[in-house]
Amino acid sequence: MNTWPSLLIDLLIICLFLGGISLFYRPKQARTGNLMAACAILAAFVAVLLRNPFEDPALIVIAVVLGGGTGWLVARAVNMIQIPAMVAFQHGAGGIAAFLISFVELVRASSIPTSVVGEVSGFLGLILGAATFSGSMVASGKLANLLNQKPVTLKGHSLWLLAIALAVVLVAVITGLSGDPAYPLVVLIGLSMVLGVVFSIRIGGADMPILISFLNATAGLAAAFCGIIIQNRLLVACGATVAASGSILTHVMCRAINRGLTKVFVGIQQQESKEPKHLFFEAPASEGAESEPVVGGSPTEDGFGRALGAARDAGRVIVIPGYGMALAQAQFKVVELAQALERMGKEVRFAIHPVAGRMPGHMNVLLAEADVDYEKLVEMDDINPEFKEVDLALVVGACDVVNPAAIDSEGTPLSGMPVLMAHEAKTVVVCNLDEKPGYSGVENPLYRMDKTICLFGDARETVSRLLEAL
Amino acid sequence: MTDLLTLLFVFAASFVVGYFLISRVPPLLHTPLMSMTNAISAVTILGAVLIFSVELGFYQKLLGMTAVIMATFNVVGGFVITDRMLRLFKKKTPLP
Repeated sequence: MNTWPSLLIDLLIICLFLGGISLFYRPKQARTGNLMAACAILAAFVAVLLRNPFEDPALIVIAVVLGGGTGWLVARAVNMIQIPAMVAFQHGAGGIAAFLISFVELVRASSIPTSVVGEVSGFLGLILGAATFSGSMVASGKLANLLNQKPVTLKGHSLWLLAIALAVVLVAVITGLSGDPAYPLVVLIGLSMVLGVVFSIRIGGADMPILISFLNATAGLAAAFCGIIIQNRLLVACGATVAASGSILTHVMCRAINRGLTKVFVGIQQQESKEPKHLFFEAPASEGAESEPVVGGSPTEDGFGRALGAARDAGRVIVIPGYGMALAQAQFKVVELAQALERMGKEVRFAIHPVAGRMPGHMNVLLAEADVDYEKLVEMDDINPEFKEVDLALVVGACDVVNPAAIDSEGTPLSGMPVLMAHEAKTVVVCNLDEKPGYSGVENPLYRMDKTICLFGDARETVSRLLEAL
Repeated sequence: MTDLLTLLFVFAASFVVGYFLISRVPPLLHTPLMSMTNAISAVTILGAVLIFSVELGFYQKLLGMTAVIMATFNVVGGFVITDRMLRLFKKKTPLP
């Protein structure tokens, strides 16, 4: 395996897929990049088939056809809202493959001398693979709405997590020292899966993008460790690159939500009871009037008329979509509304918060599906300075990402989180289901500002009515 | 031992190069990016078929096949869905 030609082929394959990734800077070239990466994997696969003699080639063919066929069918069938669940499921599939390979190799390695590092990598691949698998299944279930989306916290959750992690390490060490590792390894796989489940059930709601990015990284790491025990450069290189990608996305998501990784995973924010302390933002309405939430009420005619007027008069409009829009299946109507406004000669753009949606960049895909030109999808940092010159900010199904309390209050879970400056627009129209706070649990003072018109109710109906009235 | 050192070097180098390449990808494409890297992480398919390079017992064959099925599912599904997503990103012609 270590001859020069094979090294050269491996290098070429690695360059091919790194080249593929580097084409992801522009949407136009990204398809080619994806194709290049796919070709790289295909070439690597063919190279492995040619280099090694195989027992039972028929079994391999059957397995490839089965797996590839299902993968193709499923990938054709899912819609864009289901993408996060599908990706999480695939992280899990990668995890299974990683721990099965590590298992077989470790059992085999027990009869022949293996280096300590190789064996340790095998154990890491097995543990990470199994934990990634079970954690991804939980994540996928939550994202597909098969499981409760709310975080589940056990009594003494962190202690449990620590205890299971210690048990995993202990069993791994005992297995490493024992002569026949097959059965202890099965126990180890079981324990690692429990670890994955306990780890991910505590994360939910708006923290899902972080969990899914993190699982992306661990799936890559598991593949890399697998590569070390079977001494395969390509596995190591690809695994490490994926781990890097997952780490970057995890970091970007954490920054966008303004919480450290440990805080997300330890789930401190749930017990928040401190009153938000406003520094310079005065809530205009009186306390008494505020405490009656209008849950699911239809928009008042007065508010509707004002919103309609604001839409007609506006010259520059920014739409702020949140995951609520996707839940209400309102994106197509929202885009129709945007196009209608454009036909009236107005400038319409979409402001995309990094955590809008259920995985990094999810909102862009949803809007692209609804036929929005990607150049109209503007990132938060680019569009925030422009809100001051905007006549109308249309918020659809978003709450925390437009909450000004993040800027001017201290001691709330949102404080310091970067938000879209919707409150700086001349008029704000909010098409949310109700005025309950978002996932963070922090009241949104934007709803109480004089320039804000709240149209509570089903976003799709509200937007359809606006569209017709225009 | 030299092999192991090479592998560790490959790991470190790929992580660093990957880090620099990927940190420049715009948030617009983060979902397709994750979907594609997810497909790439299914290179474990190489390890899965390599299980079959020596003679195997029944259970090992079963495990090996499961690994191959899962990895191909991951690799094919990942690339196909990434392609579907990327096709959605287009520039529109200006409205009449």
